[in-house]
Amino acid sequence: MDLKYLFRPKTMAVIGVSTSQNSHPANVIYNKNHLRYPVKTFPVNPKGGILNRETLYQSVEHIKEDIDIAVIAVRAEFVPGVVEQCIKKQIGGAVIISGGFAESGNLDLQNRVVDMAKEACFPFVGPNCLGIYAPDYVDTFFLPGERIIRPDKGNIGFVSQSGGVLVDQMVKFAGQGIGISLAVSIGNKAFIREIDMLDWFEQDLGTKVIAFYIEGFEKGEGRKFIKRAEQCSKPVVVLKAGKSTKGIEAVSSHTASLAGDYRVFSEIMRQHCVAEADNEYELTSFCEALSCYPKGINPNVGIISLSGGHGVVAADACELNKISIPRIEPATMEIIKENLSPEIRNIVSLVNPLDLTGSSVDSDIVTSAKYLSRDKNIDCILALLIPYSPGVSADIGAKLSQVARNEDKPMIAYVPKEDKYKIIIEGFELNNIPVASSVDGAVLMAKALKRCRPC
Amino acid sequence: MLKENKKIIEKSKSLGWVLEPDAKALMKLQGLDIPDFILTRSFEAADQFLKASRGPVAAKAVSKKILHKTEHKAVVTGIVSSEHLRNEMERLQKLDGCENILVETMAHGLEVIIGAKNDFQFGPVIVFGIGGTSVEIYNDIAVRMAPLKPGDVFSMVDSLKAKDLVLGHRGKTGVNMEILTHLMVNFSYWVMEFENDIESVDLNPVICSKDRCVIADARIMLLSPSL
Repeated sequence: MDLKYLFRPKTMAVIGVSTSQNSHPANVIYNKNHLRYPVKTFPVNPKGGILNRETLYQSVEHIKEDIDIAVIAVRAEFVPGVVEQCIKKQIGGAVIISGGFAESGNLDLQNRVVDMAKEACFPFVGPNCLGIYAPDYVDTFFLPGERIIRPDKGNIGFVSQSGGVLVDQMVKFAGQGIGISLAVSIGNKAFIREIDMLDWFEQDLGTKVIAFYIEGFEKGEGRKFIKRAEQCSKPVVVLKAGKSTKGIEAVSSHTASLAGDYRVFSEIMRQHCVAEADNEYELTSFCEALSCYPKGINPNVGIISLSGGHGVVAADACELNKISIPRIEPATMEIIKENLSPEIRNIVSLVNPLDLTGSSVDSDIVTSAKYLSRDKNIDCILALLIPYSPGVSADIGAKLSQVARNEDKPMIAYVPKEDKYKIIIEGFELNNIPVASSVDGAVLMAKALKRCRPC
Repeated sequence: MLKENKKIIEKSKSLGWVLEPDAKALMKLQGLDIPDFILTRSFEAADQFLKASRGPVAAKAVSKKILHKTEHKAVVTGIVSSEHLRNEMERLQKLDGCENILVETMAHGLEVIIGAKNDFQFGPVIVFGIGGTSVEIYNDIAVRMAPLKPGDVFSMVDSLKAKDLVLGHRGKTGVNMEILTHLMVNFSYWVMEFENDIESVDLNPVICSKDRCVIADARIMLLSPSL
């Protein structure tokens, strides 16, 4: 089974395009791909007809060219017939947008489609899904382009059972400047499931972090997933829905009542080095941090701030997230102090979290980051940069990035996300240093790194 | 050994769970530590056991009708005198369905629960927690997927709020981690072996000290054949 026809298609048939209803999902999908993507797109409707001066094909079999991907948006009862035609035409795979299958009680209909597809090795996404968004390749979301916010091309692979959550998460990714390599809403996941996506993303050179929104697994599937995720060479992040203990039946053993479904899920993820995000904000932070630093670390951070208050806020967030702020070596403090500007030498506080004060200049921050990175008690640097200070220059991002690369310790920066600070933010991000738009966000990024190291 | 295991499980299937003496026999077959015991209806035999065991004993009713022994007052602990033993044996034998009395030595140490559950999504998982019979109140537990590696046992202990009770605190020696690890790892392999038969297992309490980890009570719930 090769998924490249689905995720990197060159030709596409959209089945179900309407001649009368322009907001029909198939029309939205046809229009956006036809007009805005490099994929060559063919409209299909069994009744034929003309749309926007183009003739609709009555069947995929009438298209002369080889087709990589079929997008099927017809009524559920017609799907088996369409799939049969796609198989006959030797199409590489499909996205079945249509609802009306297992989610509304029609499991038999769904199984009929699955059986046909399995026999013919015809992979499909869905049914009951939004499908695929692959920047620069294809977009099967039936949401008009002007209504959605699309992140740029980047290195996060994202898979979601829910299409709604997927679109929402894309807004959050875009807001934080996080790009994606491929986003797939797998819907009823009747054929392509989370494990298949892990396989795809692991070999996809453009993906650095693999993120999942998971509602639940089939019997025994969780075990297979986690074993696959544990072997995966890329960080895996999950966000779990359905955490409440409501609905747990009275059980006859202590163990069964203690180990509810979510608790089992969550602890097993941690046991196997999968990072579980508590909510969508964490998911966003985790993805950004892990795309820069895929290796796990011990959670000992050294904090550099230019205001005592930020240090305290960060310290509170660290405690909440079980990240420690260890004491640093006296020798570290001494060498930092020796190298600071004389003006601030006697007003700074060099106890972790370090407060370099608003009078510090670039070289003070760089010096502190350098020697703090060399301290054996510190595994990660949080640089809380308040660009309002007059001594901080626009080059501070690029300068600190150099330190991080030379010292080989993860560094995470906080810079307010404002246009006027963009040069600082890019100074970090273009050098692969993650930047959070809040102090809490920076701490969450550090939290992402503390997952266990793959054994 | 596998055959003996299978035999005990098969004969328990109609009941849906494994009687305590049988459950302990299964654990013993796996090389795990259970208390010295005598299974009898005779007071004389029980009294002899009490006298030989140089310490308090516990007496429990073995009944196919009593799954939750505590709620049925089917467990008596701390018996030191023959008279106490006689009275309690007489009372226990009158309990619903009582076939036998299990009289066993009592261990001292930290009460923990070691459990297993056949999870729908992940298959067999192992639970470790503090508090023995009060475990639900503390709700201080760790869960890992079976089979366990020795490192999992340490991380389970380390993740508990009450980890210092296990590791030792204020001058008290803790639990022997080597023995605890041996117990949990072996138990997890046993659970994997019988995952098609088992719904859940409570080894609760397991009494842990610096010398031993003794399974003081064991309950094995079997999967109903229809599933």
